[in-house]
Amino acid sequence: MLENYLREKLEEKSILLMTHIVIGYPSFEESLRIVEAMVEAGVDLMELQIPFSEPIADGPVILHANQSSLAAGSSVRKCFEFAGAVAERFSIPFLFMSYYNILFKYGTARFTAEMAARGLRGAIVPDLPPEEGQDYIDAMEQNSLDPIYIFSPATTDERMKYIARYGRGFIYCVARKGVTGLDTTFSKQLEAYLARCRAATDLPLALGFGVRDREDIDFLKGKVDIAVIGTQTIRIMEEQGVEAVGDFIRSLR
Amino acid sequence: MIDRGYYAGFGGAYLPEILVATFDELIDAFHKAKADPAFWQEYADIMSTYSCRPTPLTFAQNLTRHFGGAKIYIKREDLNHTGAHKANNVMGQGLLVKRMGKTRVIAETGAGQHGVATATMAAKFGFRCTIYMGEVDVERQRPNVFWMERLGAEVVAVKEGTRILKDAINEAFRDWVSNMDDTHYVLGTACGPHPFPEMVTYFQSIIGKEARKQIMECEGRLPSRVYACVGGGSNAMGIFSGFMSDPVELVGVEAGGRGLDTGMHASRLCSKDASVGIAQGYKTYFLQNEDGQMRETHSVAAGLDYVGVSPILAHLRDRGRVRFEAATDREVVDALALTIRKEGVIPALESAHAFVQAFKEAPGLYRDDIVIINQSGRGDKDIFTIADAFEDPAWKEFIKEKAEKYNA
Repeated sequence: MLENYLREKLEEKSILLMTHIVIGYPSFEESLRIVEAMVEAGVDLMELQIPFSEPIADGPVILHANQSSLAAGSSVRKCFEFAGAVAERFSIPFLFMSYYNILFKYGTARFTAEMAARGLRGAIVPDLPPEEGQDYIDAMEQNSLDPIYIFSPATTDERMKYIARYGRGFIYCVARKGVTGLDTTFSKQLEAYLARCRAATDLPLALGFGVRDREDIDFLKGKVDIAVIGTQTIRIMEEQGVEAVGDFIRSLR
Repeated sequence: MIDRGYYAGFGGAYLPEILVATFDELIDAFHKAKADPAFWQEYADIMSTYSCRPTPLTFAQNLTRHFGGAKIYIKREDLNHTGAHKANNVMGQGLLVKRMGKTRVIAETGAGQHGVATATMAAKFGFRCTIYMGEVDVERQRPNVFWMERLGAEVVAVKEGTRILKDAINEAFRDWVSNMDDTHYVLGTACGPHPFPEMVTYFQSIIGKEARKQIMECEGRLPSRVYACVGGGSNAMGIFSGFMSDPVELVGVEAGGRGLDTGMHASRLCSKDASVGIAQGYKTYFLQNEDGQMRETHSVAAGLDYVGVSPILAHLRDRGRVRFEAATDREVVDALALTIRKEGVIPALESAHAFVQAFKEAPGLYRDDIVIINQSGRGDKDIFTIADAFEDPAWKEFIKEKAEKYNA
């Protein structure tokens, strides 16, 4: 299971890195090159986002990436093929990230069975709280896949414990209010929030939203197990090209 | 959350975690208000002193004679302050915002009616206000942008996606997840995550309550049919809810655009292009492709140009309680022209969809049948769109001359 992999990695490294791409942005060929560069630079696990036309939890950068990928003809079928190919080629765990409609329209049972068959390890579905997701939770379990759940600073201690009951692999802690890709203040307040997260679950913790550079990651060491780099790699790629992605990842720790 | 707002499988609350606490607070405030008889009284009072409630029920004598069938009545939501039924929902949510102690409101708008209504409410109650509006709609409803800005609202033109109503809703959600501590999202229709479908229907039910009372007073009997246009579904839910337990046929009319077989429409409940899905926080019929990506929609009426539909209406359709039809852009313009000439009332393009279907059916009904059409809004504020729809040459000339004066 994903949790065991993370625990083993944490014996070697003080903090793990999870990166994110939108599949098919800027193209499927370049997506593959980005994954390659990220794996070579030492990321420990990756989120592969299947684009959706209404990504309400994402900020402008990832929103634009979703739309570009769809406009260029991305489909769920192509995303599965892509994910299967990278999961076969690279040894790190790959997770899907998408919105629930993508799974629902495909058929949640069929979707999760295909995830397992193609070597994916888990999924993050930000618009599917546990209350709405029993079919998904059961289907993930049947296929030995990990549903990753989310904590936010607005989540009460009681609700964190409730969510943690359904989470597998790790818990994704959203650093702040707002959408992906905006600034986060790495502060005492964040520390207090992470302490609440830690108290609510024994699962490894990942922190995402606004993690940009080595300084942020140094701050997170000892407080969380995984730092999530999302929007920043898309920005680097857009500004400096795919070639810059590997160097950027290497600069982080 | 305990009650998740399901209507036989439609609805729910598919929320990002960051918003769960905000929705818990909203549900709590709404239920407390609903249980407090003083709240509805306060709401009815403000609607009678600030808007024009009860709005009249007008007997359309000339249209009745013209079609030679059922007696046609029109419920005049166009006579609300700001010219549409949107005011009902907005003032109700405004009172809730005061109860919750929030100081800023945000809203999406398609035709601009809901945006103007929200900006008006914000001005009256002293809230800061931001309105999200698709770039396409900003262009086709420019006068409403002017009024929103005069009312003190910031209007943000949404340049993402299809640049219409659904994209404005997404942007409003993105604002809300950042600012929920002091901000309430005044969702304009009976869609979205629980409790919005129930809450918006609750405030709009004032239409149906009045209409039922009015028709009983003037005719002493119930109508055979009630017609309403359906975008998100709030005016329809409003008038239908007054007749839900009666032997009255309820007819919802969607935007048929250029025709259901062209793909250029916004019909979720009568076309084969829609299927059940989850987006914008709720489950209903959406116009989407086989992968679950939302399709582009089309309607001459910006307020009906939406991919989803109220989960309550989806349920009522599947149950057979509400019949759904679609009216094409062409039919809408014809019905609008006829109504203006025969009755001297000017329905909004959105509302004219309901008139189309009533006009198709009235001649086939008996003379002692009664039908009520909900005129959800007024059309004179849509002068640019309606003048274009009529292709009025004198108007075009006037605009050209006006532009030249600005250039001079």
